[in-house]
Amino acid sequence: MEYFLELSSSGLVRGSIYALIALGYTMVYGIIQLINFAHGEIYMIGAFVALIVSGVLTIYGFSGVSILILAGLIAVIYAAAYGYTLEKIAYRPLRNAPRLSPLISAIGMSLFLQNYVLLAQTPDFLRFPALIPDFEFMEPIAHIMGSPELVILVTSAVSRVGLTVLIKYTRIGKAMRATQQDMTMARLVGVNVDNVISMTFIIGSVLAAIGGVLVGSYIGQINFYIGFMAGVKAFTAAVLGGIGNIPGAVLGALVLGLTEAYAAGYISSAYEDVFAFGVLVLILILRPSGLLGKAVKQKV
Amino acid sequence: MVDNIKRSLLVSIWFVFLTFPLMVVKVNTLKNIVEWRWINMLWVAIGAFVLSIVWRWAMERRQLKNKKAEQGEEESVLPGFGQRLLEDPKIFKPVLIALALVTLVFPLVVDIYQTNIMVLALIFVVLGLGLNVTVGLAGLLDLGYVAFFAVGAYTYGVLNSFFGFGFWISLPLGGLMGALFGIVLGFPILRLRGDYLAIVTLGFGSIAKIVIENWEEVFNGAKGIANIPRPGFFGAEMSIHTATTYTYYLMILMVLFAIFITNRLKDSRIGRAWMALREDEIACVAMGVDMARTKLGAYAFGAFWAGLAGVIFASRNTYINPNSFTFMESALVLSIVVMGGMGSIIGVIVAALVLILMPEYLRAFAEYRMLMFGAVMVLMMIFRPEGLIANVRRKYAGRKVVTEDANARG
Amino acid sequence: MPEVSKTMPEVSKTMAEPDNVLLDVKDLTMDFGGLRAIDAVSLNVCPGEIVALIGPNGAGKTTFFNCVTGIYKPTNGAVMVHPPEGKSQKINGFKSNRVTTIGMARTFQNIRLFQNMTVLENVMIGRHCRTTTSIIGAILRGSKTRRQERETIEISYDLLEKVGLVDFADEFAKNLPYGAQRRLEIARAMATDPFLLLLDEPAAGMNPQETKALDELIVRIRDKEKISILLIEHDMKLVMNISDRIYVMEYGKEIAQGSPMDIRNNPKVIEAYLGEDADA
Repeated sequence: MEYFLELSSSGLVRGSIYALIALGYTMVYGIIQLINFAHGEIYMIGAFVALIVSGVLTIYGFSGVSILILAGLIAVIYAAAYGYTLEKIAYRPLRNAPRLSPLISAIGMSLFLQNYVLLAQTPDFLRFPALIPDFEFMEPIAHIMGSPELVILVTSAVSRVGLTVLIKYTRIGKAMRATQQDMTMARLVGVNVDNVISMTFIIGSVLAAIGGVLVGSYIGQINFYIGFMAGVKAFTAAVLGGIGNIPGAVLGALVLGLTEAYAAGYISSAYEDVFAFGVLVLILILRPSGLLGKAVKQKV
Repeated sequence: MVDNIKRSLLVSIWFVFLTFPLMVVKVNTLKNIVEWRWINMLWVAIGAFVLSIVWRWAMERRQLKNKKAEQGEEESVLPGFGQRLLEDPKIFKPVLIALALVTLVFPLVVDIYQTNIMVLALIFVVLGLGLNVTVGLAGLLDLGYVAFFAVGAYTYGVLNSFFGFGFWISLPLGGLMGALFGIVLGFPILRLRGDYLAIVTLGFGSIAKIVIENWEEVFNGAKGIANIPRPGFFGAEMSIHTATTYTYYLMILMVLFAIFITNRLKDSRIGRAWMALREDEIACVAMGVDMARTKLGAYAFGAFWAGLAGVIFASRNTYINPNSFTFMESALVLSIVVMGGMGSIIGVIVAALVLILMPEYLRAFAEYRMLMFGAVMVLMMIFRPEGLIANVRRKYAGRKVVTEDANARG
Repeated sequence: MPEVSKTMPEVSKTMAEPDNVLLDVKDLTMDFGGLRAIDAVSLNVCPGEIVALIGPNGAGKTTFFNCVTGIYKPTNGAVMVHPPEGKSQKINGFKSNRVTTIGMARTFQNIRLFQNMTVLENVMIGRHCRTTTSIIGAILRGSKTRRQERETIEISYDLLEKVGLVDFADEFAKNLPYGAQRRLEIARAMATDPFLLLLDEPAAGMNPQETKALDELIVRIRDKEKISILLIEHDMKLVMNISDRIYVMEYGKEIAQGSPMDIRNNPKVIEAYLGEDADA
């Protein structure tokens, strides 16, 4: 039983991270029907910036929570800037191109950013400082769920609530929903669609960077390649929940995280990725529109 | 002009900001040292400034071109050299003869190392030609193409190490196994649209690698399979040098074979159905084309070549392990197809040779290879989506000639 | 007036003898979720007929086409075909390529050509289901393959001639003017050797001259090629000119059927079209 709880906790942690990345995928897909293949790289860059900032701050004598907050903040700002620039360079010129073109451009961007970080920094794994403090009150159940896990679950949940509020109640949120429904119509009623798309990339990147910082601190090491698998998994989660659907992405992420944790714990950790993709293929065959997605009939 | 410079300056400042933490700062978290590389900032500033000007100029040209295309004006510029090379027999014939000669004597004038690299490049030509059918003709984006390459390589490796099968029996078996896997993996994903397809095939590619890595009993796991024999020639004993030269000629034959067959398919009922499927699936099916069959055909055909190439790859290296079959290889083959111009056979050959040989001969370039690939993929999509050498559309002479003759007579 | 509209449908129903019908749709119903897009619509087409399906926008005409041609699977009802050669069968839920192979080919309201293929190649695709070359056959290119290929080109050029597009044969489909694209769709559908051609708003976006030429083309296809025609159209002049019988749909239901004359005078139809050019 304890083992099961332990696995569940680790599954929820993974799921929470996937959810943060998956939201960016699903929002972008909802609006411009593009798999932003480079989204995982934004998450990776967020983690790297946090690592660099915290490294510098440690050397200049900052401590504990102040590092976490500063590093997180700067990472988020940089991720947003990268997300914005990425869209402007690689996707905006292809707004009216055939569907395959932006996707290939996205794969190209993913390769580019990976290798940019590899060349600018290092191909090796870097040790990521443990930024999350240990809470005393978590001591009794630390073998099932420790402080870092708690922080990840809470941060992820708070970010999700924040996103929901943003989309439901703010002006930009309303514009995003309108653009998702019908881009042409939104433009006609005066929504600045270009800004909305930029904003979507920025918000998605912010969430991914939060995920990156949390993961770096949790796992304790990062390299230039972490974004690739995380990105693929998060996209899987988004598809699982029904792409374009925000609650769906969260649900899909949690389901995927738990599946992986159980598969790794009860069967074999070597095959956990096989299970993740297996679930994806199965879902796409049985329910192509995902768990919460609506079936869309193509207009003929 | 002033405005242009002002904007480029802003872009330059933006990129200095953007790249600052990654390009300038380098922390050693173990020793707690920070390395400040201020010089990089200068490079970024200059680079971004220049590129921004070039970018804006290119974008303007692109807009102009699009506007012209919208108004129905064909581009009035002279056909590019590539085009002329293909269409003008006066240029085409001597070039072809020269090329054939160079190809023939190549292994005799260079050393074994060069020949070996050329064999690798030719293997990627075959891979490119195969994926070109799946992606370029049929429009099915496959990001896990390397899986079929692995199937071919391991078919030979396993058959050889367990049952002592030779190269020549394994070659067709490898191709067939590739095709079989193409059908098996293709079947569940027939109904998926382009981008879903991409992610699922990527998943298949990763699964293939994980299975190979972990199934010790059959694939020998991460250690890989060693001592795979080179291609034989009626049991003749061959030195490594002769065997390499022999493999080279074999590969040339294989490339010619692949070109011949893909060309025939392209100009056939099947090839047209593939293209129609790419253009509009609903209309294609409504015109009586069986979607499942046509798609599976495209998958299997592409996978077949990957299987064949895999067998040759195994025999060239005499050693295979899972690390030769990562997403990078899939991305490499895809960039070959994209750069070459989707659907264009000559384009694929040129692109494969450039992308494989360049890093081998320009060592300095090798480090930046993947970076460049990425950038090239983005830039190609934006500025030259038709690839280096655009696919020449086929004209069907036949009736038209007859009617024109009739008109002339009448 | 009401008497007329009640009696006339009876007359036209007797025109369609069951043993002399090509397409016989009975009580076709299509639901999307909770929404009933088509409600028990029956329709038939006899050999040599031009039948029109009209109705206001959103009446469910295109959905009806999609159900008949296998793009949607109808919720209820029967779509029976009785090909002139070959056996009668119920084709509900058949995939659209099978429907086409049986002999019913269609065009699309929002033109769906293969944009980056040549005009000739577009028509050649239509021959796909009437030829048999396999992958192996295409590679070996034996005498049978070569013969089929020659025939395909031959027939395709013929069809282009019939719709007046021979001069554009090597042009990309996307470069054709609008009216020519519609005619190319018709040629492509005819290449599948259909006994029934389903045209979804063939005159949409055409100018009066183009419409007139289309009018003649459709009649010519019926008379010369012996292909029956079912068409959806908003251009009342065209519909009234060439149709033998007309069915009218509104809100997914069939509200009238009969000869052009009946329909013109049917008060229900006039009501449905109020404000539109019902008496054009």
